[in-house]
Amino acid sequence: MSDPSIETVGMDSLIVRLFDNIDEENMPWMLAADRALRETFGEALIDLVPSYTTLLVHYDIQRLDLQSARAWVSEALQGLTPATSGEGQRHVIPVWYDVSVGPELERIAERLGVSHEDVVARHCARDYSVFALGFAPGYAFMGRLDDELATPRLKTPRQKVAAGSVAIAERQTAVYPTLSPGGWNILGRTPVALFGHDREGYSLLRPGDKVRFEAISREAFIERGGDPTPLAERGDTPTEAQT
Amino acid sequence: MKGLIVERAGPLTLLQDGGRFGVRHLGVTQGGAADWVSLGWANWLLGNAPQAPSVEITLGGLILYAEVSTTLALTGADLGATLDDEPVAPGSRFTIAAGQRLALESPRAGLRAYLAFPGGLDATPVLGSVASTMRESLGGLDGQGRVLNEGDCLTWAGDDAGRERTLPSGVGTLPGDGERVTLALVGGAQIADFSGASVFEAFNTAWTIDQRADRMGVRLTGPELRYLGEGMVSEGIPLGAVQVPTDGQPIILLNDRQTIGGYPRLGALTPLACARLAQCQPGTEVWLTPVAAGQARDAHLRQLMCWR
Repeated sequence: MSDPSIETVGMDSLIVRLFDNIDEENMPWMLAADRALRETFGEALIDLVPSYTTLLVHYDIQRLDLQSARAWVSEALQGLTPATSGEGQRHVIPVWYDVSVGPELERIAERLGVSHEDVVARHCARDYSVFALGFAPGYAFMGRLDDELATPRLKTPRQKVAAGSVAIAERQTAVYPTLSPGGWNILGRTPVALFGHDREGYSLLRPGDKVRFEAISREAFIERGGDPTPLAERGDTPTEAQT
Repeated sequence: MKGLIVERAGPLTLLQDGGRFGVRHLGVTQGGAADWVSLGWANWLLGNAPQAPSVEITLGGLILYAEVSTTLALTGADLGATLDDEPVAPGSRFTIAAGQRLALESPRAGLRAYLAFPGGLDATPVLGSVASTMRESLGGLDGQGRVLNEGDCLTWAGDDAGRERTLPSGVGTLPGDGERVTLALVGGAQIADFSGASVFEAFNTAWTIDQRADRMGVRLTGPELRYLGEGMVSEGIPLGAVQVPTDGQPIILLNDRQTIGGYPRLGALTPLACARLAQCQPGTEVWLTPVAAGQARDAHLRQLMCWR
């Protein structure tokens, strides 16, 4: 980790920049900084939003001015040591990979000149790190994907992507927690709920967690409460194919 | 339970409060009243906590029928409010008797009106707030973020509206006649990576509020701003962030914005400026004006002191 920079981004918000590039190796430092900032700011913290390389600190201006907030950030980061690798949780997310619920399986298999099963095997072959949450409640940006699987976003996003859709874009992968618009390439669907008001901590996935996907059958998917309704809209061709 | 029945809901009538905090790291948006200043005054008129749950009425079209008598307060936009066809003054508290109808027609000035109830509206907070975010299915009367619909019944927590209060003059968020709308911006983030000419233009040109404006963001049109820096990794977005996508036309991100994003920014409007922006109709000319974070904080704290 290089020397962190502390940048003003608004009346009551600072960005703490720890890194310049997306990297799994950032995560132990990001977790440690998250914890240290929460401890130091305590009640004066309104929100803390980590994302890949930075943390947004939204502080309570009724308790702190800008100078004190900056000083508190410096203090929190003093002598920071990376979190140990065991701190994030490990998850196995079962996925029914099928063209009916994951239409882009076809195109990616074609591009690579391999079978659907090979694409699935590659998606399931490695542990992914959760880099950040955003876009929607419980939506976790994970990576990095196998280089060859990397696929540009759809040029025109779908209006409706079903809850549980497992998707890839560039070198990242994610699961859509709820029905929403979306421009990522869909490979399959999980029956697992990603976000809920009644769930402890609300979100299944947190930054620093490790995730592995596991292929399951249609029967197992339905047995676990999955909705097998096919994805209605076909994705358009990706940007790369049009240029 | 008896209350106020929604006879017509209008295009966008939502339960809102001060917003949802402490959960943005999970991807949950802030939400809350877009014009939080008018929300605060509406609640102040009834002696409520400034951010107590109220109704945000965008563009009007709302008719409420009272099953019981109570005292209400209405602030923000002038949406041509009437009580059984008698005009209701904008920025006032008034009594509605059982059997009367309150109607909000269409904007005469501003966009969003706030209707407060004694003790605040009844609704179960979700993740700490009743703020309705439709995209996330959180908050509102049903806990699922939906807009108010015909047939909904509004009930409130208190039976006493406190002593009579009238709004101090000059406290509203609507621009006066012929007044230039200036929006204070705390410079920062990637501002140093824009061309010098673009930074000059940002603060020395009239920007026009575009039709593409909602609770997520408001697009401004004007000169094309040029970002000279490198591509960015997504990072957390504060309220009022002025982001500049590749077309060079800024978008000011409001309450329902995404929590992280990767477009370069000039900094962020102050929350007070966001409240004023939330009342600007498409076509309005606005000017961005730089302000130091400390000055912005002083002004903000003065606003909060008004409601103590």
